[in-house]
Parts: sequence; C-alpha cells; structure tokens
Amino acid sequence: MNAFVQYIESYLTSNLTPGAAGNMFWVFVYILLVFVGLSVAVICMNWLERKILAHMQVRLGPMRVGPHGLLQPFADALKLLLKEDIMPAEADSVIFWAAPFIVVLAAFTTFVVVPFGPQHAITDMNIGILFMLGVSSLSVLGIVMAGWASNSHYPLIGALRSSAQMVSYEVAMGLAVVSAILMTSLNATGTGTLSMIGIVEAQKAQGEWFIFKFFPLGLVSFAIFAIAMVAETNRAPFDLAEAESELTAGFHTEYSGFRWSLFFLAEYSAMIAVSSIAVTLWLGGWLRPFPNLLSGPRWDTFFSYFPGATFLALAAICFFNVARMPKHPYFRIQTVGLAGFGGFLAFIGLVLFIPAVSFRVQDIFWFSAKVAAFMYLYIWYRGTFPRYRFDQLMKIGWKVLLPVGLGVLILTAGVALFQQNLWRP
Amino acid sequence: MAPIATPFFFYLLSAMMLVGGILVITQKNAVHSALALIVTLLAQAAIYLMLYAPFVAAVQIVLYAGGIMVLFLFVIMLVNIDRSLKEKQFNSQWWVGIIAATGLGGLFVAVYTKGKNIFPERVLSVAEADNTQKVASLLYGQYMFAFEIASLLLLVAIIGAVVMAKKKI
Repeated sequence: MNAFVQYIESYLTSNLTPGAAGNMFWVFVYILLVFVGLSVAVICMNWLERKILAHMQVRLGPMRVGPHGLLQPFADALKLLLKEDIMPAEADSVIFWAAPFIVVLAAFTTFVVVPFGPQHAITDMNIGILFMLGVSSLSVLGIVMAGWASNSHYPLIGALRSSAQMVSYEVAMGLAVVSAILMTSLNATGTGTLSMIGIVEAQKAQGEWFIFKFFPLGLVSFAIFAIAMVAETNRAPFDLAEAESELTAGFHTEYSGFRWSLFFLAEYSAMIAVSSIAVTLWLGGWLRPFPNLLSGPRWDTFFSYFPGATFLALAAICFFNVARMPKHPYFRIQTVGLAGFGGFLAFIGLVLFIPAVSFRVQDIFWFSAKVAAFMYLYIWYRGTFPRYRFDQLMKIGWKVLLPVGLGVLILTAGVALFQQNLWRP
Repeated sequence: MAPIATPFFFYLLSAMMLVGGILVITQKNAVHSALALIVTLLAQAAIYLMLYAPFVAAVQIVLYAGGIMVLFLFVIMLVNIDRSLKEKQFNSQWWVGIIAATGLGGLFVAVYTKGKNIFPERVLSVAEADNTQKVASLLYGQYMFAFEIASLLLLVAIIGAVVMAKKKI
C-alpha cells in the first residue's frame, strides 16, 4: 500500500507527461479526465450550437427543458438511449455494428497526444502530429463501412462523397502541416520536431506564434488548414456527406438511437481534435498571450487570474438571469436550479484563484479557450455559408488549396533555409 | 522507463496479423476481406512501434490503413458483390501452392534452427527519441538518389494512370 502511494506521488515532482514518465496510474487518471472532459465538451457544444444558431437566425432555440434550455442535451441523450435500435434487415450486421465504434475510437484515440499543457498530455510521442493525422484519417473507414453496410442508396452515396472529400482534403491539410513543422527547425541545431509538445515549445523559444511567422506565409498555411479541417470533419459548408436536402442524413441515415449518438459524439470530438491540431501548430498551444513581451512575475499573476475570472463571469451571468426569471411559482424549481448552477460555477471560479491550482491549470485554460474559439467559428460557418456543390468542393480542394499549399511549402522552406544560413557561419 | 515491448504483446499482435491474413483469403465477401486486411496492417503498425520505429508505424497507418485501404474499399463497394459471392473462390493449383508453401516453410525452419550462425547476435542501439530525425537524415543524405528515383517512379505511375483513364488528353 505504501509503495503504491509512493508510486503515485513519485510522478508529482516530475515535469514530464505521465506517459513519458511511465507512470501507469497517472496515465489512467489522465485518460479518464480527457474522456470526461471531452464528453462534457460535446454536451456543451450540443447546447451551444443549437442556441447560437437559433440566435443567428433570430429564433429562441431550445427554451423548455431547464432555464434557457440548459438541460436540453440531457433530455436529448435520454431520448436517444430510449429509442428503438433498428438494424435494416438487408444490412451487413457485423460491419453495421462495428462502424460507429471505429469512428468513435478514431476520434477519441487522437487525444492521446493533444498537449493541454507542458505536462498535461496523456503522453508525448516523437511522432505526435503524424499520429494525430493518421488516426483521425481512420475515421473515414468507419464512415465508408457505415454507408456500405446499411445497404441503401443514400448512405452509400453519402459514404462515397465523404471518403472522396476526406481523402482529397487530407493532401492540402498535410502540406499546410508540413510547412508549419518546417518552422520548428529554426533553432541552433537546425532539427525540427513532430512532437506536439515540442512544436509549442519551439514557438515559445522563437517568441512568436507560427501564424505570424514569415508573414504572410504562416497565415496562408493556417488558412489552408482552417478550410481543410472543416472539410475533414464533414461540417457545413462542406457537409455534403450528410446533405439533408439531397441525401436525407447521408451515411448515418439508417442508424438510430444509441448508434446514431455515437456518430454524433465522434463528429464533435473530431472537430475538437482538428481544432487542437490548429491551435497547437499555429496558435501557440497552451501559451498565454504575450509570454515573452509581457513577462515577469507581475504579468504571470495577472494572467493566472483569467481562468477564475472567466468562471466568475459565467456565474455572474447565471445570477443575473436568476434575477430576471419570472416570479410565477411554476418557475421556482428552474430558478433554484439556475442559482445552484451559478453557485457551482462561482465555486469553481474561486477554487481557480488559489495560486497553486491556477498555476497548474492555466495552461489547460488557455488551450481550451483557443479551441473554444474554433468551435464557435464552426457554428458561425454553419450559420453563414450555404452548402457547396460537390464539383465546387473538389475544385477548391485540388485546384486552389493544393497549389497554394505547395507554393507556401516551397517558399517557407526557402525562407527558413535562408535564415538558417545567415545564423550559422 | 519500463519497456512495453513484452512477449505478450508480440504474440497478441502476431496472432491478430495471422487471423487477419487468413480471413483475407477465406472470406467470400470482398469488403470483409478488405477489413481483415486493415486489421492486419494495423497490427503490423503496432509491431513496428514495438520495434522502436514509431515513424514507420505512423506512416503505415497514414498510408496503408488510412489512404490505400480507403481507396480499396471505395472501389470494392462499387463492384457488384452478389456476383462475386457466387464465383469459385480458389483456383485449383494445388501443386504449385504446396511447393511454394513447403519452400517458404522450409526457409523459416532453417532460419529458426540455424539462425544464430546466419544472423550474429547483437544488442540493438535504439533510436526512439530521435527516430524521425534519423530517418530523415538517412533518406535525404545517404539515400537521396534512391529516394528521388522512387518518387520519379511514382510520378510515372500517376501519369500512366491518367493516360489510361483518359482517352483524349
């Protein structure tokens, strides 16, 4: 027992990721934390997407279940679990059964290397970014399997569209990623890195986010990635694989109940995964704003107040709305519930003001905040752009993004070589 | 750090590869065969990881499991499965098969029994931490010429495919 406690405590003094330190207990804890955090994030996204889209379209959105529909995701989840699980008679049962699990597995496994902080990743791999791209490309398999196994026309067409789209946008995406990785090699030794933590540390050492590096080269490669990642995750305006007006629901037309919710879960976690690639490569990962310009202990303390302040602001919004709730007795439970939720958020906010906690957690906060900005962008796209036609989609992928990506890659390599030769005698 | 490359994982992954490989040739449905092949390729990637070659493992997943096999499935799904289900699965070239199998098996047995003399025993110097960098400097340094020839070959294949697919260019 004592040895076990010592084993647990031995990790706390190291500043490695639990995977790199080889501490199985903390690896398990981190996996659980990431899993729970991701599920909570997907639940939040579900509510936020419906709410934000509704407000963009001058609607109210969900209002019935809980104050401002806050409990709507839970009601949805319960409904999905209680629904009848239908498998078409002519479907290929084994593949039909396996497809949603493969999609979910691929989406969740990528989070093994996502760096939420210098120590806050499940593990740090030598091939981090390659691992993420590779595993997330496996989700195409699940989609193709789902479309084929349903043995129906709409799913098959949806699956074919989706696989063609994902395979062709992977090329542009890869080129953009390579030009960002090239920038990591601008150091004294001249060797770059593929490790996710190494990439962020390179940005810290060079004193600028890669989006601003070699202006406008970093910005252009980031833009290519930002467009390709929307196509990779089959989201509007590139959601041709599930175009409602043409294909009912695309590859998951025949899925219902729990299996359908697995696809839903996978879609949102894949969105979070590609957003975290973008954040890690171009937006400085866990680094707070201006880590070099506004350095020093005073600025460190100032920026460490942000996580707590955010939660306190959320709590304040809750309390403001408690005051605005109708005073009719029908709404009493809702009012009390909202006040309780606000109290919970305020408690978290106050805990985050403890210096020891905020010191450990602020990296995770900055990373999540950047990813959250991307998630809002996804919803904004969906509210703004009309869906592309399939030939337009292919044209953008092959005739615009690919040549521009190649050009940026060559230019970045040239500029980087020029700089290195100036540095080294 | 304790090594994860334990015999247990090696046997597990090898068993997965063997089962997958057998399923590839025994399944009648071409889609099932392709999926079994994917299982085999993924297990192979894991074995590369055990051999401290993470870069090769990642490339295996990206290229084979994620890229080529998707195109495989893409093509197979457009083929009429019902017809291929009725076709005879094996052609009866038993003699050639038996000779090839005994030849390969004999080679394996010979290597297993006399392997110590053929392959001298040495401790591997593991380059796990900078595996990718080592691969890169070899590929773009020592084997630059071979690498370029391989890429030229791929270019020729792409042009050939376009020429074959398009009647009028």
